[in-house]
Amino acid sequence: MAEEHAAEHDGHVPSRKPYFMVWAALMIFTGLTVWVAGLNLGPFNDVAALIIAFTKATLVVLIFMHVAHSSRLTKLTVVSGLVWLLIMISLTLGDYVTRGWLDTFAANR
Amino acid sequence: MHSSGHVALQHHFDDLDTQREASTFGMWVFLCTEILFFGGLFLLYVIYRQRFHGVFVQASRHLDVKWGGINTAVLICSSLTMALSIWAAQINRRKLVVVFLLVTMAFGATFLGIKAIEYGDKFHHHLVPGANFHYACPPGEECHPEQAQIFFSLYFCLTGLHAMHMVVGLGILSCLLLPAWRGRYNAEWHNPLECSGLYWHFVDIVWIFLFPLLYLIGRHVA
Repeated sequence: MAEEHAAEHDGHVPSRKPYFMVWAALMIFTGLTVWVAGLNLGPFNDVAALIIAFTKATLVVLIFMHVAHSSRLTKLTVVSGLVWLLIMISLTLGDYVTRGWLDTFAANR
Repeated sequence: MHSSGHVALQHHFDDLDTQREASTFGMWVFLCTEILFFGGLFLLYVIYRQRFHGVFVQASRHLDVKWGGINTAVLICSSLTMALSIWAAQINRRKLVVVFLLVTMAFGATFLGIKAIEYGDKFHHHLVPGANFHYACPPGEECHPEQAQIFFSLYFCLTGLHAMHMVVGLGILSCLLLPAWRGRYNAEWHNPLECSGLYWHFVDIVWIFLFPLLYLIGRHVA
């Protein structure tokens, strides 16, 4: 009866398989990020590292943290956390990255 | 089959499903504050990194990719066993829940042990920011010890805050052991396990970003 309940909850039947697959993917991506970092790709080293890290994080969030099978409220909360992070990063960098521009304007005047 | 008389059901919830949804939501709201908590430090890293790019790449080569990589693998394994302990609860395997919790804690302790070796190594080589900081520049390269000190300050702040979260995580998991042994977590109710797992996985995700950003940025030069 208890198992029945777990199965009925969001149609999520407990299975180990996805966890092992995510584990294997995370291990492979870790090797991949070490390998890619050894190549000289210029600014794309950072791009590659971040793409791999975001892919790994997404796998953990969706499968290990069960967000793939969770309610829309939970999904919305996860996404909102990322949106706030994005606001903080983009506004702050918008300031720092453009500070040198003021000197350029002053020089051209 | 709503269990209004369940032992885990708090009086202010109608049923276990509502209670589960509310605590999962609450945990994620907390994790959102954690994203911004670590996010602030990551942002600081990004700002200094674009300002002192060359020195950050140079200083990063002082970190040991081997230990960092092993620790990444250790945390990934700990996340797997954490997820498996919830799976064990879902199929009502009481002892297996405890075993997976213990294995998860062992991986967590291994991570902290390796971190201690690394920190000891940094102390030994005078790479801890402060009065005894001494940065020997690679011969023939541009040298800015004060900028390198900023890199190591960020390294210790980020990994230190992360290590503190690992210690807290170990504390949380240790609190789950006894209830798990008593069979409190089963297919019907295992949300304390679930929410603690969310915390544990979050700390793993932080490390997933820390590893390439701190350890690997100088690798293409060396």
